[in-house]
Parts: sequence; C-alpha cells; structure tokens
Amino acid sequence: MDTVFRTKGLTKIYDTGTLQVRALDGVDLELYAGELAVLLGPSGSGKSTLLNILGGLDQATSGHVWFHDLELTSLNARRLTQYRRDHVGFVFQFYNLVASLTARENVQLVTDVAPNPMPADEALAQVGLEHRLDHFPAEMSGGEQQRVAIARAIAKRPEVLLCDEPTGALDSKTGVQVLEVLREVNDRLGTTTAVITHNAAIRKMAHRVVYFLDGRIDRVEQNETRIAPAEITW
Amino acid sequence: MVRPGISALDRKLLRDFQRLWAQALAIAAVLGCGVAILLATFGTYVSLEETRTAYYERQRFADVFADANRAPRWLLREVRAIEGVRAAEGRISQFAVLDVPGQEETVTARLLSLPADGGARLNVPVLRQGRLPAPEAIDEVAVNQPFAQANGLLPGDRFFANLNGRKRELTLTGTLLSPEFIYTIGPGALMPDNETFGVVWMPEAALAAAFDMDGAFNSAALRLAPGASEQDVIDRLDHLLEPYGGLGAYGRDLQVSNSFIESELEQQKTGAMILPPIFYGISAFLVGMVISRIIALERSEIGLLKAVGYTDTEICVHYLMLAGLVAVLGIAIGWGLGTWLARALARLYAQFFDFPYLIYNLSFSVYALSGLLAIASAALGAARSALRAARMPPAVAMAPPAPPRFWRTLLDRVLSALKMSQPAMMILRSLMRWPLRSAFTTLGLSLAVGVLVASSFFADALDELIETTFDRANRQDAILLFEPDVPETALADVARLPGVLRAEGQLFQSARLHHGHRQKDVAIEARRPGADLARIIASDGRVVDPPRDGLLVSERLADHLAVRPGDRIEVEFLGGINETHSVRVDGIVTQYVGLGAYMDLGALNRLLRQAPQISVANMKVDARALPELHRVLKETPELSGLVLLDKMHRSFEDTIRQNVVIMTSIYVAVAVLITFGVAYNGARIQLSERARELASLRILGFSRGEVSFILMGETMLLALLAQPPGWLIGGAIAFTLAEGSTSDLYEIPLVLEPAGFAQASLVVLGAALVSSLLVRRRLDSLDLVQVMKTRE
Repeated sequence: MDTVFRTKGLTKIYDTGTLQVRALDGVDLELYAGELAVLLGPSGSGKSTLLNILGGLDQATSGHVWFHDLELTSLNARRLTQYRRDHVGFVFQFYNLVASLTARENVQLVTDVAPNPMPADEALAQVGLEHRLDHFPAEMSGGEQQRVAIARAIAKRPEVLLCDEPTGALDSKTGVQVLEVLREVNDRLGTTTAVITHNAAIRKMAHRVVYFLDGRIDRVEQNETRIAPAEITW
Repeated sequence: MVRPGISALDRKLLRDFQRLWAQALAIAAVLGCGVAILLATFGTYVSLEETRTAYYERQRFADVFADANRAPRWLLREVRAIEGVRAAEGRISQFAVLDVPGQEETVTARLLSLPADGGARLNVPVLRQGRLPAPEAIDEVAVNQPFAQANGLLPGDRFFANLNGRKRELTLTGTLLSPEFIYTIGPGALMPDNETFGVVWMPEAALAAAFDMDGAFNSAALRLAPGASEQDVIDRLDHLLEPYGGLGAYGRDLQVSNSFIESELEQQKTGAMILPPIFYGISAFLVGMVISRIIALERSEIGLLKAVGYTDTEICVHYLMLAGLVAVLGIAIGWGLGTWLARALARLYAQFFDFPYLIYNLSFSVYALSGLLAIASAALGAARSALRAARMPPAVAMAPPAPPRFWRTLLDRVLSALKMSQPAMMILRSLMRWPLRSAFTTLGLSLAVGVLVASSFFADALDELIETTFDRANRQDAILLFEPDVPETALADVARLPGVLRAEGQLFQSARLHHGHRQKDVAIEARRPGADLARIIASDGRVVDPPRDGLLVSERLADHLAVRPGDRIEVEFLGGINETHSVRVDGIVTQYVGLGAYMDLGALNRLLRQAPQISVANMKVDARALPELHRVLKETPELSGLVLLDKMHRSFEDTIRQNVVIMTSIYVAVAVLITFGVAYNGARIQLSERARELASLRILGFSRGEVSFILMGETMLLALLAQPPGWLIGGAIAFTLAEGSTSDLYEIPLVLEPAGFAQASLVVLGAALVSSLLVRRRLDSLDLVQVMKTRE
C-alpha cells in the first residue's frame, strides 16, 4: 500500500518560557493512501499537534515528516503554504467559516487558489447542500456549517483530508450526518482521511485507529469490520 | 449571489467593509477633512500663484517702484541706463477728491497718467469695458472696474474731480484692471472700499497740465533684467532721485497690492502645512486601531486562510485593501468637500482680489497628491497589524487567543488601597493594559482640543488687535488728507467745517533712518502733546506721548535698527528736503501694528526749520452733519482725500467677524469630527473586545447603567485626560500661528482667554459623550445568550 505520510521521531515542544510542554514525544507513524484513520486520545495527548504538523500548519521541534517523497520538515513557510494550497484539505471543530461569505463563497475561497478544483456548487452538492448555496453561515445549522467546511476542504480535490474534531461541536444526530459525508468522500474520491477525535464511538468507522497518550502513540488497531456511520451513536 | 470576476476573498473584503460602515465613515470623515483642506489650501495656493504670475507677466508688472516730488523726464534715460534695468517708465501720480453723482460720500482717487505714445509699457492695464482715453483729450478718463461697478458708472458717464484746486468735469471712456491694483486699498484704509476709493487713469498731457508737471514725473516703475540685483538698482535709483525729492524706492515686496497677495499666499501655504498632517496622522492611527481589532477578531479566519493555502502576502494585502477602501471613501469625501471649499475660496478671492481672470483649475497633481497621501496614511496605519496578521503562524492563529495578560503593578496596589469599585478597576486596568492605544487616543482627542483652543485664540487676538488700533489708538471719526502739506493754521478752517466737533493735526514726514550700517524707510508721525484723537498705544494699553525733542520708536523698528534709548540715529529726510539730522531715541514703545516712529509736532517742524505744517487733520464729527460735511468737502480745493474711520471700522469688523464665524465653525466641525472619529472607534473597539465580559456582568446581575459605566467610563476618562495636553497643544499651535503671522509690519498678539480653553474642552467632552452614547445603544441591545455562545 502506498504511504502518504511517514513520520520519524517527530517531537514538538512548546516553550512558554517558564514551562516546557512536550506535545509530541518521538512519534513514528505511517498513513496509507485511501485509508480513513481515526486518531483517538484524550485532550492534550498530541493528536491535534500531529495533525497541524502533517497539514503544514505548524513546524516540528525535531524529527521528520514526509508527504510521499517530500520532506515537510525541511520546507520553509512559503513552500509549506504551497504544499497546503496544493494537497491538503482541512475540517475544523468550529467549522471556521468566514461569517461574511455565503456557503458557495466560502468554498470559492479555496477554489480561487487551488490548481485543479471542482466547481464550488459540485463540492456543496457532494455534501448534500446544493439547496443552501447562497446562505450565510449564520443562517445554517451547525451540521450544515460543518458540511460547508467539508465541501470547502474537498473542493480542491486534496490528496489528504485532515479533520480536527469534526463532530466536536455537534449533537449526535448531526454529527452522524457529517461522518457520513466524510465516509462517502473517502469511499468515492479515495481521499486519505485522518479524523481526530476523543469520541471513542467514531473509531468503528475507520480502517485503522491510532491511540494517543501523552504525546506518544499508545497502540494502533486495525478494524476488521467497519460499521456505517449511521450505526454510530454517542 | 455570484458576482463573476470577484474572488471570494475580495467579496469578504467588501462585506467586511459594509459591516464596518459606521466606523469606516467616522475615519473617512477625518481623512476626508485632511484631503479637503490640503486640496483647498494647496490648490488655492497653486492657482493664486499661477494666476498672479501669469497676470504679472502678461501685463508687465514692474519690479521696482519709486516716488519723488518732481523729477525731470530726461532723468529716465539715466534710470534706464542703470545696470540690470530692462525698462523704466515715469508717470504722474496724484491724489484727488472726486464728486461722483449719486454718491453722497466724498470719494478719494489715485490719479495715474497714461503715457502719450500709445499706453503704458509697464503695469499695463487690461481694458474691461469701453476704450482708453484719447491721448490728446483733456477731460477723458478710465477708472478701475470695481470702482465703476460699485458706483454704477458706465462709459459715457460724467463725474467731477478736484484737480489741484480746480474742479473739473471728466468723462468716463472705459474701465480697466491693473496688476498694480489687484488689491485696491486707499490711503489710510484697512481694507478695500470700492465705493469711496478708485483709481483714475488720465492721459499724461492732461494730468501734467492740471498738476503743473509738464516734462516731469513723480512716480517711476522699473522692470529688471533676469538676474539683476534689486537692491543695487534700488540704491542707484535712490541716488538718482535724491535731488528731486525721492521718497525711497522699493521692490514688489513693499508694493501694497502685491504684499497683500503675498501674505494671502503665505497663509494658504501655512494652512496646507499645519492642518492636513494632523488629519492624516489621526486617520492613520484610527485605521491602525480598527484594523488591529478586526485582525484580532478574525484570528481564526486568518488561520483558516493560511490553512487552505493563502500566502502571507495575500493576507497582508487583504487587510491593507480594507484600509485602502477606507482611504478611498475618505478621498471621495475629501475631493468633494475640497472642490467645494476651493470654489468657496475662489469666490472669496473674487470679492477681495481684482483679477481679470482666475486660473482656477485645481490641477490633477493636487488631487493626486492629496489622494496618494490619504492612501499612504491609511496603509501606514494598517501596516503593522496587517504584517502581524501575515506573520502569524497558522497553528497559532487557529488556536483561540490567550486572554490578555494583566499583571499586578504598584499602581494596582495603590488602586486596591483606594478601595475602588471593580468596574473602576476594569477601566483603569484596561488603560494600563493598552498604554499605547490609550496614549494615542488621548493624543487624538488633545489635538481636537488644541485645534479649538487655537481657533478661539485667533478670534480673541483679533478682538484685542481691533480694540487697540481702533477703540483706543485711532478715535477720530474721519481723516482729511492734504497733499501737499498745509500750515497747521488750516486746522482752524477744518474746525469750522459742518459737524466737526474737534480737529487735530498730524504731520507725516518720509525719512530714511540710519543706525550704523542698518537703515529703514519710514514715515515719521508727529503730533502735538496730549493729542486725543490719534494716540500712541503701547501693547500693554498705556497711552504714550512722543518725547519733547527726541524720537519714540516702536520696538519692531528699534530691533530692526538695533537701537536702544539714548542712542542717536541719523534721520535723512526724503521728499525734497535732503537734510540729515542726528536725533536721539528717547523711548521705545511695544505695539502690535506698524514700524512706528513718533516725534513731537513742534520738534519736527523746528528740526525742518519750517512754520508748523500738517499732512492730515483728524476729526471728531457729529454723524448727523455728515451729508453736509461731504457736500462741503467735495468743493474744498486743497483736499486730496478723506478717510471715514467709523465706516472703515465697521466694515473691517464685519469682515473679521464674518471670517471668524466661518473659521470657528470650520474648526468646531473639524474638532467634532476628530473627536467623533477617535472616541467612537475607541468605544466600538472596546465594546467588541469586552462584549463577553460586559455580557457576563449583565448575567451576573449588573444593571445596564453599571455596565455602560465601564464602557463609557474609559472613553470619558481618556477624554478628560486629553484636556491638559490639549490646552498645551492649543497654546503651541496659537504660538506658532502668532509667530507665523508676525511680519515686518504687524504682530498677532498671543491672547489666550480662559473662556477659549473652557469652550474647547466642553465641545470635545460633549462630542466624546455623544460618540460613546451611540456605542452604548449597541450595548443596550446586546443579545446576552448569543454573545456568550460565540467563540472569540
């Protein structure tokens, strides 16, 4: 299987001056093409930090990260921006939509700068929002907003989709709808997807589950049988 | 709705701008003021300067002027031979009293000869209506256009003139404008009065015959070659004219009309240099404040933009463009307002200055300059924040901002010892947490106070000036001008004129004062001790009498000549006397206006070894007898002019009042705009930063009043703190204005009245209160639940 991400001895230390926090402590991990991985762990276990580094939002203190053959840890800020622009889609817990832009325009934020995007309308149709194109974030429910965020992430046809607590701000029913969209994208487009969560119930929809504890990988599980998001409740 | 061609980011920009309209407008108004004032003052300066230059060039305005008693025409050959002189013209110039039908008052006229051989070659008048008088005609004249208009005179009309003691009827052939009389002001007058003062051009032969000046001239105009030394020419000319009663040659700087325009130009230039930078600076600060807050609010959006691959440059440009939009709005306001203001100024100039045309096209470059400066100041204001936004690492931007750090300082201990309420503590802590922002807000508000203090200073200073010059120094109702001087005994005749209650004589004698290598041409004023109608008033209000023998000089003149009481100076009398006497300076008097040199009338006449003479008679007149007085004066042959001080005083004061009212209104508007821009934006930003905090307090049970106290308290506290520095700034601006307006001839007294400070403070505090009340309304309608739900 094709390896999309590979990390070696990845370490991130936050230095607040008086205190040093080891957010990541020598993480070795591989993510494979087309898989849906769930990164599970309590708050502060380092999963968000890992996701930020994989996505080129943050830089490691030491260790290495490769995206295919591209070593992310050797890139400067400008090249990292280029990398994000070309390859990565993000979904955040608080959706991070631009309040002053409509659903379509939020997606266009990405399609305006991506090299080979799909039309914004198509991306929104993929997440079932073809009827909400011209609504502003304030006019949509939390679940709808998160689907806009997913549409925005997939619109550039990214190779990887990085989701940080995508259901964290949603109730169970809406959360499931969002998971269904993620699963669908993963199945249909084959986008490598990493989902961060501290919600253990979600792990059952993944190909693999990576458990985090205190900045290290505790263990990795392979799901022999995946269940559909509709069967998940919390 | 999809607008093709506009990127999503640009749409965000436009919507952000829409959302911020009130704040953007407040800033744009301040910026617009700067643009407008720059446009109007600089634009006016440029067009006035261009018009004057073109007019002078086309009409060959002279560079050097000189008056004498009576010089032979052949002397002009020698004048033309002076090195650096390109052309010279000799003219006859006289004063006369006119009797214009329909004009009850006595009119004073300056008569000028038109050369016989086809008109003037220097100071060429522009024909506006009719034709020039025929060279051989003895009763044809042309007058300056404003005079004709003010008196309803048309070519073909007739009026009377008292020419050298003979009353003559003259026919008007045409109206003229001349570069010599752009600002037409009569002898002894403070401002133009076209009804009672006019310029009359008469063929040389006729004027020479009337004043017995055949083959002679008494006024010379010279044009210099490029690069010629004006001072050398003046010295040579003085030397040539000395035997013929030369009164001292002078350059354009002392030519009356030109010096008025010069001072107007100077004022426009000062205006263009002082005010606009204040506005541009404040706008830059406000833009910075607002953009920095927006960036704080949009922190996560910036993180997102970076996450999806927008570059630092794109993000930086995005926020700079927001500042750019504010600048564009400001420029639109400024250009509109500035064009209007410039037109208003042009109308004002048309009222006081007589140009045959006014080159009044605000040039493209002035628009461009004011606009570019506006964009630059907005960009400068936003640059720091925009760069910070661009440099923020994406992972940091995505995370919620750390709560602002407050720390306990010595001051906190003092505050707790004072047992201040929590809301009061919140206000004070916030001031200390953002010291730079607090300082700039205070500075902005102080500038508003300063501008107001400075404007009231101008009104008070002019009041003081008017009171000293009119009410206390010159208390006569009218002045009779004699040319030549008449024996002092003529005062008895003056006293017998109808309505004259009291008459006093005064002698003006042109002289060149020398002390060491320094010299100055002045008119020595001589009067009898105890003269009551025209008095010498020191700037401290004392009435001073000239010394019995020596000379009393104004402080300005004393500085110029570097003399102290007790020093002796050489007094070289001009105007045909050609004597030099050594006279002791017996006193120095500080005055606002003029380069005064004063002597006792008896002493001066003794020095000149002549029977007592006077040049003017000052009169106290019974107003009811004025028509009768005018009627008699029109028939009085020796008289060369009349000045009605009461009328002049009133029109001068009216003009000044009107200008002061206009200026004060502009300054108040300006100060209110600045205050509003600063206070409103400050309060809006506080509300935005503190919405959650304030909503929490409301949930905890604080009343609306208590919560708005926190919000408004900070703004009002800053406004209060801004007062003392504002007074200082105002004092400094006033001082600069006073210094800047001080010329060789007058100084503006630095008068700062407590009422001016109080008014300034009240206006600014009031405007700050209104601004924060406007923001308070938003606080009242705060949706508590919503605010608590939103993630900062």
